[in-house]
Amino acid sequence: MDVLVNPTESSLLRFTTAGSVDDGKSTLIGRLLYDSKSIFEDQLLAVEESSKRRGDAHVNLALLTDGLRAEREQGITIDVAYRYFATPKRKFIIADTPGHIQYTRNMVTGASTADLAIILIDARLGVIEQTMRHTYLASLLRIGHVVLAVNKMDLVDFDQAVYDRIVSEYMAFTKGLEYVPQIRPIPISALNGDNVVDHSSKTPWYVGPSLLEHLETVQVKPESVTGSARFPVQWVIRPISDQTDSKLGNLHDYRGFAGRVAGGTFRPGDEVVVHPSAMKSRIVGIHTFSGEEKEAISQLSYSITLADEIDSSRGGMIVKADEPIQSSHEFDAMICWFADKKTLKPRGKFHLRHTTNDVRAVVTEVLYKVNISTLEKSQDVLEFGLNDIGCIRIRTSAPIFFDAYSENRITGSFVLVDEQTNNTVAAGMILKPIADAFEEDAEVTI
Amino acid sequence: MSAITHLQFLESEAIYILRETAAQFQKPALLFSGGKDSIVMAWLARKAFYPSKLPFPLLHVDTGHNFPEAMTYRDWFVNEIGAKLTVGSVQKSIDDGKVQEEKGHNASRNKLQTVTLLDTIEENQYDACLGGGRRDEEKARAKERFFSHRDEFGQWDPKNQRPELWNIFNGRKHFGEHFRVFPLSNWTEMDIWQYIRQENIPLPSLYFSHQRKIIERHGQLLDASTGIIPLLDEEIPKVKEMTIRFRTVGDATCTGAVESTASTIDDIVAEVAAARQTERGTRADDKRSETAMEDRKKEGYF
Repeated sequence: MDVLVNPTESSLLRFTTAGSVDDGKSTLIGRLLYDSKSIFEDQLLAVEESSKRRGDAHVNLALLTDGLRAEREQGITIDVAYRYFATPKRKFIIADTPGHIQYTRNMVTGASTADLAIILIDARLGVIEQTMRHTYLASLLRIGHVVLAVNKMDLVDFDQAVYDRIVSEYMAFTKGLEYVPQIRPIPISALNGDNVVDHSSKTPWYVGPSLLEHLETVQVKPESVTGSARFPVQWVIRPISDQTDSKLGNLHDYRGFAGRVAGGTFRPGDEVVVHPSAMKSRIVGIHTFSGEEKEAISQLSYSITLADEIDSSRGGMIVKADEPIQSSHEFDAMICWFADKKTLKPRGKFHLRHTTNDVRAVVTEVLYKVNISTLEKSQDVLEFGLNDIGCIRIRTSAPIFFDAYSENRITGSFVLVDEQTNNTVAAGMILKPIADAFEEDAEVTI
Repeated sequence: MSAITHLQFLESEAIYILRETAAQFQKPALLFSGGKDSIVMAWLARKAFYPSKLPFPLLHVDTGHNFPEAMTYRDWFVNEIGAKLTVGSVQKSIDDGKVQEEKGHNASRNKLQTVTLLDTIEENQYDACLGGGRRDEEKARAKERFFSHRDEFGQWDPKNQRPELWNIFNGRKHFGEHFRVFPLSNWTEMDIWQYIRQENIPLPSLYFSHQRKIIERHGQLLDASTGIIPLLDEEIPKVKEMTIRFRTVGDATCTGAVESTASTIDDIVAEVAAARQTERGTRADDKRSETAMEDRKKEGYF
């Protein structure tokens, strides 16, 4: 059932869940959906029938998310599944990522759009290698908030000492990370519902919020909202018409740059720099279907008109003049390799897709690979296989306009596309440009 | 600065996807059935390219089994937003001998639509079709991408989908392949209704409570007033006049009604909030097997 939320006030929280195979992740999601009344009768009935047919002892809530035939047959989750639920306070989108071998690729995918990650730990096992991997990935993808859900507390008699030991061990591990998210540990039992929606009487020593309370109230501020003003150009709106629009007047000369704000705020009158030409101009109008707007804010879509006739189109970027963006042919980036049939090697060539831009790219150097269990960097093997993470240097056929991923998740991210298969084979996060790699006018051939 | 609302986020995301589709493909089309999801999608497309007209046509795959109200609405709406309309006809596919009509009193043209859709895509050389599918509708849809790749036979390979990260969408393809694009992926049924209310979008009258002759078949309330659904002799005395509305509007042969007195958008929002069945619970096409939707999608269904 979809709960009635107030559409003018309720905000959206996107989160991802990570845990090893038996940490109770599906049970937890099933619990959140069930207790928030987001599961419909016919869905529950269908799951009950399937569970019975499969001979499962309990109603298998994993069947709610595992919808594909192969998944149901093999009892595995193949892919990221998106689930939706709402409480009167917020709407939620869950990216549910499977815990088996392909988890890195799937967790990176789910994490790329998440504001928060729930990392599940089995209280009997404590912090294990998987916990560290999941936390590393959450940190790498710059998820601002982590919930450390210490699950199966019922199996350790809700012992505070066990919980405290796990939390302090976890906190010690996170000190070694380059970026440490805000961490909220919560002792829970997903199976019985302790501290999931309501406070549990079995953990009187825990004074923090229940999981759902935390999800409903946690303040997430994407860096892009407060950061530098960025507007990647998606499409140019030119009505080529002599009609007069009731809101915008004569359309003959209308030329609007359409896009979605990727950071900061723009207002009419702002001095801007328009890439790729790097020409200066000024914002005249900010338009939506409702007419003129007073400002363009992060995450929302607009059409922007400028005072001067400047050549820019898809792949271009409008930024505030006093908040410049990096422009370079060459940069270092962390990547996660997604292909299982091909490897990444130095000199590998790809299409690189960054914001609305598409350029050709060559891997000039593999700098190191990361062992995501030990966080050690190594240069022993410089080929990337499925799920490998590491740092590479990339040169592109034309300059791209970017920020470091640590500054902006939209203008700092890219994907690599295989030239033969057209498949998306890597996710990349830009670290920094290589200074003076090329002169301004250098022609690059790849 | 205040945070944006979830409807603002969803609207902006859908506009972003619609613009990406126009930019990344040579010849897209927007699949328009006259149902609420495709109405919302077309509404958003008008916003995305304003003050220009839509840079792609609306495409209606016409089963010939339409509620008349839906057709009246379709023609009014197309004119209202200044769009072009292309129609693919299932009747023509039948007349051309490309598909065979299902037999029996439960016969539906729902499955035949796939052939007409793929033929229309090929004839017009559309390389991307925008669909109003949502991930909350059905479990196979929960794993669908925004940009969903189809091979040259129009087939979907759910195990080999391209990962989608941040807001980067990869529409690269080989000649002859095409994409289905779903701008409303992250919307729920409630989001659709709240958006319709917020935007004051006019809808076909079928969505609101009205009196209709109904036949109950396999627990479903089916239309018995248009004559589209052939009745068995023993069913004729069981036809009842009921106060109903439709939660989804598709092919008349497989769209079930619900008993309802909801006559305004506010009533419907309240009704949807209290519903204990998914909206597809009224769809006979999904009840054919546990993976009916996945199987149809693999063949090239919407």
